[in-house]
Amino acid sequence: MSNKPLLSVQNVGINFGGLKAVSEFNMEIHQGELVGLIGPNGAGKTTSFNLLTGVYTPTFGEIIFNGQKLNKLAPYQVTKRGISRTFQNIRLFNELSVLDNVKVAYHSLAKNSIVSSILRLPSHFAGEKEMEEKSIEFLKIFNLHEDLYSLAKNLPYGKQRRLEIARALAAGPKLLLLDEPAAGMNPQETQELMSLIALIRERFDLTILLIEHDMNLVMGICERIYVLDHGVLIADGTPEEIRSHPKVIEAYLGEEVPAVHA
Amino acid sequence: MKKSKRFWLFILLAVVIYSVVQLLISTGVFGSYYSNTLILMAINIILAVSLHLVIGITGQFSIGHAGFLAVGAYISAIITMRLELPFIVGIVAAGIIATLAGLVVGIPTLRLRGDYLAIATLGFAEIIRIIFLNIDYVGGAAGMQVSHYTTWTYAFVCLVITIIVITNFTNSRHGRACISIRENEVASDAMGINTTFYKVAAFAIGAFFAGVAGALYAHNFYIIQPVNFGFLKSFDILIFVVLGGLGSLSGSVIAAILLTMVSTYLQGFPETRMIIYSLVLILVMLYRPQGLLGTREITDFLKFKKSRKGVAQHVE
Repeated sequence: MSNKPLLSVQNVGINFGGLKAVSEFNMEIHQGELVGLIGPNGAGKTTSFNLLTGVYTPTFGEIIFNGQKLNKLAPYQVTKRGISRTFQNIRLFNELSVLDNVKVAYHSLAKNSIVSSILRLPSHFAGEKEMEEKSIEFLKIFNLHEDLYSLAKNLPYGKQRRLEIARALAAGPKLLLLDEPAAGMNPQETQELMSLIALIRERFDLTILLIEHDMNLVMGICERIYVLDHGVLIADGTPEEIRSHPKVIEAYLGEEVPAVHA
Repeated sequence: MKKSKRFWLFILLAVVIYSVVQLLISTGVFGSYYSNTLILMAINIILAVSLHLVIGITGQFSIGHAGFLAVGAYISAIITMRLELPFIVGIVAAGIIATLAGLVVGIPTLRLRGDYLAIATLGFAEIIRIIFLNIDYVGGAAGMQVSHYTTWTYAFVCLVITIIVITNFTNSRHGRACISIRENEVASDAMGINTTFYKVAAFAIGAFFAGVAGALYAHNFYIIQPVNFGFLKSFDILIFVVLGGLGSLSGSVIAAILLTMVSTYLQGFPETRMIIYSLVLILVMLYRPQGLLGTREITDFLKFKKSRKGVAQHVE
């Protein structure tokens, strides 16, 4: 592991009007790590994802990824620099086929201009062919190649989740952000998801940051965990450390009330 | 291979339609009434298809399309009547200036969504109309006289080019990017699509063809007046797209043909015309709220049998 972190978040905060949604958020993720981000509902987990991916611009602090500052970039520029994500509530392109969903993520693979597409120049066909081949190849890894031409909206829930991860990976990230990938899954599907995450991590040499409520999943696969509560980082460490951290227990279970003697 | 076959089939079909109509016009079977209706139909299809790219494909609810029509009409009229240049120059210039107008309007307004964009584009169309109303150089409220240059050939060639350009755009990575914006803008952005760029691009291409339609329109009626380009005109075009099915190019073509026929036929009954026209719209929306073709294309229906078989095999 190199000393320079892949992602370094320094004192990042954002205010919505008078509300401090996230403040003094610090995080370092090194190449190849699998890190979890947990916290009770409304703790600011998804907000921090939105800060990392350029959906929101931080009010304070700096986000440095791979040596570049990300603060003021638009989401598509962040994606091009190597961070891509999935969403808490699935956001597929419903009326597009499974294949086309992935092709959209491969958009930047081809370089042909709008004019070349309109005139159907050879560069258009070359670009389309490359995208198509890569997308099909890619969907095979995710075991979705039998559904190439079904519309995304017609897929069963588990496959939609898988397609969303596939699509995020097709955008070619170095860092993948997964926002509650196991939400709504049964234990068996969660198990499959865990092995899928392990597989893609190995295969694509990925660094992963995931938000999750399913503690089995988080404790089972994450090497390090950050805990947010009320927009503030309250703990970070290995799963064992987090499990016994007093502040974490307090955030999840409430403060311990000293016994009152009547 | 299969796609290029379909392309040549389309060209063949276009040539056949063109020649048959041209033959009927030149032999006098179709009088000026019919040929005018056909030209009007072609213009309406161009308008419908160009708006389809903005609303149906990119999902940006713009209702100021008559503004670009007006820009095209007046620019081409200035070029042919005032500068006395050839009609073809007028058509091209109309398209280019309308594209510029599209960029000027699109860049600031396309960051708005839904209703807000609709109101902004509607406002833009009214501004254009008022500007032409107040310029004496183009006749003000009295309008501007324009020679009749639009022929079936001009209209049809422009129509075919419009359909080819917009189909090719849609079926490319660029079109897919536009559809992804329609489907989910946040996800599209997160997948590395420059959403602003593609929204503006689709808007500009749509404006170009609306401008071309404006040139044809101006040179088909002997006179253009600002009153022709009010918001009712914008709604007429919007209705083609919605009625045909949002997202379906062939749907908007069919809707434009049908509604042009209905409205031309109803010119015989001026008192009840708008009532019947409105009734037709209400009935279609009641029984087919997704539009005539939904989001599908006519070619999808031809492939339907095949895909059914494919599904059946999967089930087995």
